[in-house]
Amino acid sequence: MVTFMNTVTVWLRWSWRTLTSMRTALLLLMLLAIAAVPGSIFPQRGTDDIRVQRYIANHGTYATVLDRLGFFHVYASPWFAAIYLLLLVSLVGCVVPRAMEHGKAMKAQPPLAPKNLERLPAHRRVQNVVAEPVDVAIAHLRSKRFRVRVAEDKTWVSAEKGYLRETGNLVFHLALVLLVITIAVGKTTGAQGKMVLVEGQGFTNQLAQYDDFRSGVFFDRSSMVPFTLKLTKFDVAFQRTGSERGAPAKFDAHVNVQDSFGGPVRSQIIRVNHPLGAGGSQVFLTSHGYALHFTVRDSAGQTVWSDSAVFAPEGANMLSRGVVKAPDAKPQLGFQGIFAPSGMVDPTKGLFSSFPDADAPLLFMGAFTGDLGLDQGIPQNVFTLDASKMKRLGIQPLRVGDKWTLPDKAGSITFDGVHRWASFVVSTDRSEVWVLSSALLAVVGLLLSLFIPRRRVFMRMTDDGVSLGGLHKSGADTLTTDLDSLSASLTVGSRERPDTTPDMTSDTQNLSDVPAPPRVEELS
Amino acid sequence: MTDLQMSALSLYLTGGALVVVTLAFGFFTAAFISTRDIAAAESLELVTVGAPNTGGLVGPKATTTHVSSTNRSALWANIGVSLSWLQTVLLVASVITRGLANHRWPLGNMYEFAVFGACAVSLGFSILNSLTDITWLGSLIAGFVLVDLGAAIVMFIDKAGETAPLVPALKSYWLAIHVTAAVLSTGGFTLAAGASMAYLVVERASSDREQGKPETGFVHWAAKRLPSLERLDALAYRVHAFIFPLWTFAVIAGAIWARQAWDRYWGWDPKETWSFVIWVMYAAYMHARATAGWKGRKAAWLSVWGFATVLFNFFVVNIFFVGLHSYSGVGN
Repeated sequence: MVTFMNTVTVWLRWSWRTLTSMRTALLLLMLLAIAAVPGSIFPQRGTDDIRVQRYIANHGTYATVLDRLGFFHVYASPWFAAIYLLLLVSLVGCVVPRAMEHGKAMKAQPPLAPKNLERLPAHRRVQNVVAEPVDVAIAHLRSKRFRVRVAEDKTWVSAEKGYLRETGNLVFHLALVLLVITIAVGKTTGAQGKMVLVEGQGFTNQLAQYDDFRSGVFFDRSSMVPFTLKLTKFDVAFQRTGSERGAPAKFDAHVNVQDSFGGPVRSQIIRVNHPLGAGGSQVFLTSHGYALHFTVRDSAGQTVWSDSAVFAPEGANMLSRGVVKAPDAKPQLGFQGIFAPSGMVDPTKGLFSSFPDADAPLLFMGAFTGDLGLDQGIPQNVFTLDASKMKRLGIQPLRVGDKWTLPDKAGSITFDGVHRWASFVVSTDRSEVWVLSSALLAVVGLLLSLFIPRRRVFMRMTDDGVSLGGLHKSGADTLTTDLDSLSASLTVGSRERPDTTPDMTSDTQNLSDVPAPPRVEELS
Repeated sequence: MTDLQMSALSLYLTGGALVVVTLAFGFFTAAFISTRDIAAAESLELVTVGAPNTGGLVGPKATTTHVSSTNRSALWANIGVSLSWLQTVLLVASVITRGLANHRWPLGNMYEFAVFGACAVSLGFSILNSLTDITWLGSLIAGFVLVDLGAAIVMFIDKAGETAPLVPALKSYWLAIHVTAAVLSTGGFTLAAGASMAYLVVERASSDREQGKPETGFVHWAAKRLPSLERLDALAYRVHAFIFPLWTFAVIAGAIWARQAWDRYWGWDPKETWSFVIWVMYAAYMHARATAGWKGRKAAWLSVWGFATVLFNFFVVNIFFVGLHSYSGVGN
């Protein structure tokens, strides 16, 4: 048993050491890059469900296998999660011990000065030395914000600077952990609801009023603020000239917002790039289309429908399709229409739209009578009509104001007018500001870790003056400047120009005559 | 000047830059071919002159060109450098006139990305070359700019002829911030990848030498004309160290904008996914450079593969992938 436990301990320790090693982190990073790719190649659930269904329908077994493996939901798949969670564990396992080490180093004194400064990557000698060079050097280095240590016998000075480099490195990595945590908090406590409003329609921020509502497991439904929003006008403009003719130029959703029951009403415009803040949520404009108003009368002359029907646009010129279902008509009536905002009829192509704006609205409406199939209680798509149990009455081109009296005395339909609809997303994510802060903190940490040079500077008394030397982790130029200014401050009479023996501050790799210098990595 | 004339002027400037960069490519290539062995000359120079700061990149400009090359090579390299400054000026002017013609930030379609990218690479190369001699990289960079501008003019021109206003989704100052940062990073990654490719050539040559293989072929021919491994590694790292934070910032700015325009800050749109892949690749490079067994050759390969993902993100994802970055505006 004891041996078994030992084996387990050894094994665990080995696993932890392997997991937290840089090499593993590297492999996991590359694996993460590779694992993210399929999500850009295959359509993804949650982003484009319709394309996923179409892809699976078109590709058979192969697609079903891919689906099982999570290729249509890559970023929520267990294998993707496994990679980034292992990476996070590896990161924490690496960074936490380093942070503690760095904490100690911040409190500790700079190291002893090496015996022979000539062996350092950067070094020089000052001969014409001022009086009390040690005190001068200490004052100088302290003024440059070095951490300074002096020998008891005052024969050497050791100084270090640039601790922020490692601090930045640690901040960067911890900020990444924070980033992932804040994103997770946002996802689990947030919610997104979608709804469509026709001009003139309103909506209250309640679960039942959304067409589609997705929320995280910890989303608190009682926290939903019941603000109301009414779409008064949807103002659209398209490019009318040039190569970009028909491209959208303006989408302005004019809305009236009431933040609480009985509260004041404020008029606002929601645009792309300009969401509206309401009740702690953000309201985004996501798409738009045409809503056609009809009045339908049945065979008895009863008005059985007087409302707008939402038409779904297809293509750049907004040729749109939609249906009207009048279950209260006796017998039931159903209509299926193709709408062209700038309608033209081509002898071969049939109805098409020449421009996305409603310049010359033209509707081709097909009418059906019989059983709409709504009574079975099976939910139906609002954009399709099940005409299997219906009799086709005919098809008729309609312009605004036209009334079509249906054959067989089945009733009539009037095309009253063209309105627009806009769809909105109401998004609640209270961690956003923390996500952004973490990301910016990571950038700050990254910049510090890349651009703060960490270096050590030493001074030793010699028979004929002082000897200076330095070590750097990166940034040879900064160290050169440090030594230049230190030697200048130690030289008699010359505060500007250092009077030194030949400048040997250069990369050791090129100085074959210098005996092996101390390892620079010691500073890492 | 009317907008249309301004737009035409911008196109002429791009065409002019294409001519100039073709010449620059020729001169840099000629200079490279006629260069004598740099490494031998560098060591010679050190012994005789004891040049300060040969290891550091930024500092007094190395005088290696004059020592290591024949006079003709130096002359051609200098002409190449002058031409790349000229091409930089032309491209900057092209970008500015395009913006003036369209009354907006000139980063709204593939043509404009390609021209701005060429501008970023040229400017980056010219500035870096004035800090440290990188004329050996000249023909690779000029070749890249040549292909990029060629693609802009041949493949993407139909979107460039007339003044093209922006769709509402692109009407945001984040366009200027996010896309500029992204395109500047692309320019920087190009320079870094050039240095890493040169590193791989020299590394291959020196490992052949160690193994006693015959020193023939392109690799050895080119390696004699390239700087030392240490210098190439230091150069590649410095450029990456500048560009990696910039790319990080570009991705964050993109997320901020996505939150305003598309109701979420991150949605794994293909372009977002590839930006993430690029970030992870370069993060891997930065780590590899500090990891035993990975520094050197493998790290350089990561840099080159990282650049491959950058190019893929620009040329393939923009054109062939279905996503929100196709700039069609809402609802289409």
